[in-house]
Amino acid sequence: MSENYENMEFFAPGHGMCAGCAAPIIVRWILKLAGPNTIVTNATGCLEVVTTAYPRTSWRVPWLHIAFENAAAAAAGVEAATRAKGEKLNIIAFGGDGGTVDIGFQALSGMVERGHNVLYILYDNEAYMNTGIQRSGATPWGAWTTTSKVGNANPIGKMRPKKPIAKILAAHDIPYAATANPAFFQDFKKKVKKALSIEGPKFLHVLSSCTTGWRHDPSKTIEILRLATDTGLFPLYEIENGDFENMRITYKPKKFKPVEEYLKMQGRFRHLFKNPEYVKKLQRDVDEWWAKYGKYYCP
Amino acid sequence: MEVITRGAVIPEPGNSVENKTGTWRVFKPIIHYEKCIRCLICWQFCPEPAILKIDDEKVKKETPAPKEPLKRLPVVEIDYDYCKGCGICYNECPVNAIEFVKEEK
Repeated sequence: MSENYENMEFFAPGHGMCAGCAAPIIVRWILKLAGPNTIVTNATGCLEVVTTAYPRTSWRVPWLHIAFENAAAAAAGVEAATRAKGEKLNIIAFGGDGGTVDIGFQALSGMVERGHNVLYILYDNEAYMNTGIQRSGATPWGAWTTTSKVGNANPIGKMRPKKPIAKILAAHDIPYAATANPAFFQDFKKKVKKALSIEGPKFLHVLSSCTTGWRHDPSKTIEILRLATDTGLFPLYEIENGDFENMRITYKPKKFKPVEEYLKMQGRFRHLFKNPEYVKKLQRDVDEWWAKYGKYYCP
Repeated sequence: MEVITRGAVIPEPGNSVENKTGTWRVFKPIIHYEKCIRCLICWQFCPEPAILKIDDEKVKKETPAPKEPLKRLPVVEIDYDYCKGCGICYNECPVNAIEFVKEEK
């Protein structure tokens, strides 16, 4: 960790990510911070499909394609093998929200329970974007997807809230679980570095906008991600060793922006503006969250 | 590569550089160096990456800058072979030094 690889690129251009996708920004920087002594396992998803269209790859570190459900299990195996050989490497698993909070969850839970020295990164674009925008456990309340369609029978879209995956992982009493947002770049970098420096299982939940599924202009990616946290909808916090009493909220906006500002920039929330109660409900959820947890703000 | 490799292994790291994704572009970012304060925010947020950070002394000195002392800092350059024209750099530039124009092909 002593050397600085920020001027090197371990993620090559020429990948097929949509213009304006946030995931490659996240991956690019995690690889820069981890450096060349890294092995990556990657669950099926957008990231895997578009960075390794055979016979080409965008990865300049050893990389393994893993099925949807077992990126964490494979990372555990790689970590055990490097440990047996006496090698000290960064083992990083990447999964989207589908591959992490739904399909890959049991493998992830098992990996952290066994205590493998793996950094698991969830890049969360809040639906199964690769297969055509189907809802996942990480899709927020009120979002339109192709399996939470909006119409007369259901004017809301997804009717269930987002799964609090970072807290679920923290409840495994792992050394480090945190949420991060690339728009809050220094906070994001600090958390990646901290996670890499800790021995044992680490989990980072990183919000990643999807131009196609969130229905927004590609140039607005970072602006929308910034609003996700500045409205309070996606709080940035970290929990060490499952110690919820000492969880730390690492960023709190000086003045919270109203949730409308985040919602109105995205087509997936457009229907919510037909009924003022929907927007109010989301604002109430945010206010309740911060009333309950705001005391943990600790910059 | 003509024969499928065993286990579909790709032996050459980062060979996706052969895909010139710049052909996707509809809008094109253009850096106006006389406004650029070399803060590197565009480089930081480029998803390809298609914005290069040039740390060459000659380039740093010879590239125009709004203030002379800024010429000590690295210069950003857009690699149009890969830039898909998402416009994040244009949207995030704090001094509006990046123009975003319709691509002419």
